[in-house]
Amino acid sequence: MSILGTRVLRTEDPKFLTTGGVYTEDVVDDRLAGAYHVFFVRSPVAHARINSVDVSAALRAPGVVAAFTGADLADLAPIPPAAAGLMKAEMQQRLLATDKVRYVGEAVAAVVTEEAYQGEDAIELVTVDYDQLPAVLGYAPTDDSLLFEEAGTNVAGYWGDASTLKADLFDGCDAVVSHTIINQRVAPAPMEMRAAAAVWGEDGRLTTWIPNQGAQGTKAQLAGLLGVEASQVRVITPDVGGAFGAKFGADPEHAIVAWIARHLGKPARWTETRYENLIAMTHGRAQQHTVTMGGSRDGTIEAYRLEIVQDAGAYPKIGAILPMLTILMTPGPYDIPRAEAVAKVVVTNTTPIGAYRGAGRPEATAAIERAIDLFATEIGVDPADVRRRNLLAPFTEPHRTAFGALYDTGDYAAALDKALEAADYPALRKEQAERRASGDARQLGIGVASYVEITGMGDGEGTPPEENATVEVHPDGTATILTGTSPHGQGHATAWAMLASEELGIPVDKITLRWGDTDLIPEGGGTGGSRSLQQGGAAVQQAAQELLEVAKVRAAAQLEANAADLVFDKTRSAFNVAGDPDASVPLTALAENERLLIRTVFSQPGATFPFGTHVAVVEVDTETGKVTLQRVITVDDAGVVLNPLLAEGQRHGGIGQGAAQAFLEEVVYDADGNPLTASFADYPIVSATEMPSFELADMATPTTYNPLGAKGIGEAGSIGSTPAVQNAVVDAVSHLGVRHIDMPVSSRRVWQAIQAAQPGSERS
Amino acid sequence: MTRIELTVNGEKQSDEVEPRLLLVHYLREVLGLRAANVGCDTTSCGACTVLLDGESVKSCTVLAVQAAGHEVTTAEGLARDGELHPVQAAFRQNHGLQCGFCTPGMVMATVGLLSENPHPTEAQVRQGLEGNLCRCTGYHNIIRAVLAAADAEVTA
Repeated sequence: MSILGTRVLRTEDPKFLTTGGVYTEDVVDDRLAGAYHVFFVRSPVAHARINSVDVSAALRAPGVVAAFTGADLADLAPIPPAAAGLMKAEMQQRLLATDKVRYVGEAVAAVVTEEAYQGEDAIELVTVDYDQLPAVLGYAPTDDSLLFEEAGTNVAGYWGDASTLKADLFDGCDAVVSHTIINQRVAPAPMEMRAAAAVWGEDGRLTTWIPNQGAQGTKAQLAGLLGVEASQVRVITPDVGGAFGAKFGADPEHAIVAWIARHLGKPARWTETRYENLIAMTHGRAQQHTVTMGGSRDGTIEAYRLEIVQDAGAYPKIGAILPMLTILMTPGPYDIPRAEAVAKVVVTNTTPIGAYRGAGRPEATAAIERAIDLFATEIGVDPADVRRRNLLAPFTEPHRTAFGALYDTGDYAAALDKALEAADYPALRKEQAERRASGDARQLGIGVASYVEITGMGDGEGTPPEENATVEVHPDGTATILTGTSPHGQGHATAWAMLASEELGIPVDKITLRWGDTDLIPEGGGTGGSRSLQQGGAAVQQAAQELLEVAKVRAAAQLEANAADLVFDKTRSAFNVAGDPDASVPLTALAENERLLIRTVFSQPGATFPFGTHVAVVEVDTETGKVTLQRVITVDDAGVVLNPLLAEGQRHGGIGQGAAQAFLEEVVYDADGNPLTASFADYPIVSATEMPSFELADMATPTTYNPLGAKGIGEAGSIGSTPAVQNAVVDAVSHLGVRHIDMPVSSRRVWQAIQAAQPGSERS
Repeated sequence: MTRIELTVNGEKQSDEVEPRLLLVHYLREVLGLRAANVGCDTTSCGACTVLLDGESVKSCTVLAVQAAGHEVTTAEGLARDGELHPVQAAFRQNHGLQCGFCTPGMVMATVGLLSENPHPTEAQVRQGLEGNLCRCTGYHNIIRAVLAAADAEVTA
């Protein structure tokens, strides 16, 4: 019986449950003996000119070895903006701020101490003289105060050309709705914060431990920041305590720790505090959407326009690229005859924006799913019916959208119907009608969101997405896999072992997975964009199959038989001569005289497009605005599932994070750019009490792009659940005249929306 | 410096410590028991949860000197003879962990919760673990794991 598709328990777990994972802060290594501790002095103001940075008092504090300012790092080049050529080239970031600070949390100086507690004390003694400037905030910044005077504007760049938007796009539509909505800024907040440990060897090479999502990409970026050859850098990835897109590549702090280690000739390490994490790790989302949708009163959508403003934060990083992905996925799973989208990227005096679970695609889904509900309410048609009427028909040959995406396979209406059935949608609508009729203070809201998303898209520069794997069988009956992916909770050690076990007949618990050491595995794309199984997993399967071909030649020689006469018996992990059961050689024996290993690269024709529908059920107390999330029912079709236990775990986590964005989480700044959510006491990160148990319905439409039939599952949960929950809350109070409430749909916002919709109130 | 004597995972310990040393740092840096993690600065996340005389506490908010004379149990001290503690086994069986960073604290909080309330409802489990944050699981499988452990009539 095949192990594929079964609920194999994780081989990773016993360690995590007993001695705990070995995260970067836990790494004990002779090379790091006596390591100094690095602490960063961070700007307490959002926008200011720096007159002076005085570290002299800190240098006199106990245990302080050194202190550095931006001037000391003059040999390190500034970081150019992302999307070169599209974003203003002047919007560069120094690794430590020199002339200006542009957000609360920007690093201004670094203090190095012998012991950790000494550093916490010493950074308080660094004096920075700031001339404060007006903070630039929001989605419509003027140019009265400029983050980068030399750029002459706070607009970093554009995706698409707003002047090409068609004036007649909505001509002929019976009904047109338009609304400006905010897809708010949230904090990725992985439980493990950022960290680094760095040491330079006598050979002049850097070895650095960094929690990341792909050691190879981190190495390349780090080498760039340090201005050294990539061959001079070895990145080792310890266990990683969650990432959610925010641990890709290398941050300025990682480079500074390495620079300090080189400068002082001693190992150095750094672990940020949660305060630092919430203000200095990149944030996610932060888009404003103006959606306009038009169609006929029977529910047919004829035209849709999405105008995006991306708040990139203080420096255009990955945040500046997110709108490209949002635009790519503008029409979602719908067949809309006329659709267009453009984006403007602005800089503000806030923490830079980066990738966060879904990275650009949840924003596209949120925009259109909200627009459809606005449209459905306007024409008085059930929102599920509007969706069904406009979904693309099922297809098995790739479908090219007007925005250039090539959807591989899909049956979107089936996912919608399955989710509605699992939720018992008619019964929910009946209960809602009863509560409305009785004037119940606690109203029921039902939200639906259908989505399609892009996973495993590669580098987006024309080369097909690919990943490498090495499989080696050892004489002692074990096997080792090397992968270019980089697990941080996803369970690759178990899943990749299942794939190899299936081919080689070696038990899962005898197969070890290694990743994240650039000397051992020089190439790899890491884990992100829900790419790992479809490319990294497929590579493992391919490597194992190719290894059997090599082994078969050796077996033929050993058995003095013709290779064509050999069959591989997986149950015994041995080659037999057909028809002669006594003539047999175990696979592992073929590794005794010569290493038995294969490295291979699996290449996929393109990205894959998982899809699904989420239904959320909320109860809203109309007297207090309190929102209780009661149910989330989802269909997330990511093709063939390798291990349902792991796939469900990915869905659960995504659903939780997506739902949390809808009704709980938001990074908030005051009018001066001070963060008001810089601790877990203030940032309303979701806890167990706010979540229900989730109801998952299964559907699997295979992709033909890899032999596993698998698409990505890491982000889907967070893409569907956000608009489903938001739509549910608005739906709960729509009979009171409420049409939209921005996220997070907190008690206060719900209560205010109800009040504003009361007859006699001025509608906001 | 102050001398403290305490029992950690059944073993007597005696160390000179700074009075301001947090229990979590004592466990991690002095004893090398690094299962408990520091995940915040505000006693909000629970990644550092251990048992102090059988009750779950956040070891980032206890001074090492406060633990003097007491018994501390960490995730490292839970398994017996190489067998996972029933709570640990339930977390594995129900895929109640992903990245693992919150896990030792979550497990210790669960042991503490079940010792106080051996057969909690789902709502009681959610309430009981409110102070332990997990960013990976959406809590779904953690709740399943705790309820399964309770069904197995676990006591601390």
